[in-house]
Amino acid sequence: MSDMVEVKKLTKKFGDLVAVDNVSFSVKTGEIFAFLGPNGAGKSTTIKILTTLLHPTSGSAKINGFDILKQKSEIRKSFGIVFQDTSLDTELTAYENMDFHAALYNTQKDIRKDRIYDLLKFVGLFEKKDIIVKTFSGGMKRRLEIARGLIHHPKILFLDEPTLGLDAQTRNHLWEYIKKLNKEEGMTVFLTTHYLDEAEKIAEKIAIIDYGKIVAIGTVAELKKKTKTKSLEAAYLKFTGTKIREEEASSLDHLRNTVRR
Amino acid sequence: MNAIAVMWIRQVKRYVRSKSRIIGSLGMPILFLVALGFGFGPIFAKAGGGDYIQFLAPGIMGMSILFMSVFNGLELIWDRQFGFLKESLVAPVSRNAIVLGRTLGGATVSTLQGIIVLIVSMLIGFQVSNWLFIPLAIFFMFLISFLFNALGTIIAAKLEDTQAFQLIVNFVIMPIFFLSGALFPIGELPSALGFVTKLNPLSYGVDSLRYTLTGFSELGIVLDFIVLIVGIIILSLIGGYLFSNLEA
Repeated sequence: MSDMVEVKKLTKKFGDLVAVDNVSFSVKTGEIFAFLGPNGAGKSTTIKILTTLLHPTSGSAKINGFDILKQKSEIRKSFGIVFQDTSLDTELTAYENMDFHAALYNTQKDIRKDRIYDLLKFVGLFEKKDIIVKTFSGGMKRRLEIARGLIHHPKILFLDEPTLGLDAQTRNHLWEYIKKLNKEEGMTVFLTTHYLDEAEKIAEKIAIIDYGKIVAIGTVAELKKKTKTKSLEAAYLKFTGTKIREEEASSLDHLRNTVRR
Repeated sequence: MNAIAVMWIRQVKRYVRSKSRIIGSLGMPILFLVALGFGFGPIFAKAGGGDYIQFLAPGIMGMSILFMSVFNGLELIWDRQFGFLKESLVAPVSRNAIVLGRTLGGATVSTLQGIIVLIVSMLIGFQVSNWLFIPLAIFFMFLISFLFNALGTIIAAKLEDTQAFQLIVNFVIMPIFFLSGALFPIGELPSALGFVTKLNPLSYGVDSLRYTLTGFSELGIVLDFIVLIVGIIILSLIGGYLFSNLEA
């Protein structure tokens, strides 16, 4: 099987702070890959680099065989993303947000409406399709974003803490659907989460990142075996320690003040 | 092409939906027209300038277009803060197309604003000299809108948050407004001030409106047109460049 994501010696510095430090890993096509790590470890920064939102300081990466620096447009067509914080236009309706996305991704006009309706039904927002997003709760917005990220049938789906703030029902439902898409469409999934039980259940491969460096990579069973622990959470804590990290309460990743010296 | 249209529709929809914004942005032009227009009117007439409302109204149209346009451009900062910017930055379309669609949408909105102020002015007593020139006046309103939308976008691309907003109002918008020909004739100004006003694209914008609506011009309509077009091209290129290299 070929690699959907190929990262080589990737480094990102913000001034003196090394957010991602010489990271290399790969994700196989069709794999569900979980990227775990404490707050400020470099997860979101890595995702932003892979999704062409940030330029790396050095190193290279390929998504779906395309280079993140030279073939941005091809890469952008290849992935779907659900960001850590909302990226909806809150002045538009749910349907308009979906339609906007479909138009930007050049989804054929004749199938656009059906696909949007199907996805809205899946996330349980069909009845609310003509309501302005401003009035939505946090969970509803998140469901809408997930539906939006799937409109153009991406080869790889990035999910940056997608279940944050969702109830158990929606979380289960979501993961079931993601698994289904992964199986039936062969969609690669690249996710981050703080819910380690979720990662343990769904991910085929796990990478743990801390202070910008990958400290462990492997299947859940391998990680447990390596640390001689019984759960992923225990293994995770062995790798990353129990110290609580500081992170500035800003959505801007580079405002982090977790400088390690 | 598609992306330009999509962004355009979005900007226009947002405007049409916020009634408070439409009404709110009419407050200042009406106040200026009434207070300055009737307040300075007698002095202006005594000095031999003629009817001040006739002179002032195109200036106030230019002012509303300026404010609305720069604010539209600055909306980019809000998009960044509310996260929507990321959605357009990861889309597989040219960033230039996105920024052009945004700018055209914003320009359409502020042109509408200019038309509304024109109507309000006429209700107050402003007289259009030649009705056939109104489409031309609207065309120039669009050029002014385009130019200052592009300027707003450039500023927004360089700013991280909304904290600097007051700064922009005081050090960008206000000087452009006051140091243009919006409120007074620029022909006989002291040389330093006259020089500055001639560097200000709004002077040419206001002059073009004055010419198309009242037949009076200080700078010449051809020069107005050239300055506006050149300004649009330069600012759009800068905006496109900055937006293409934007990180989130």
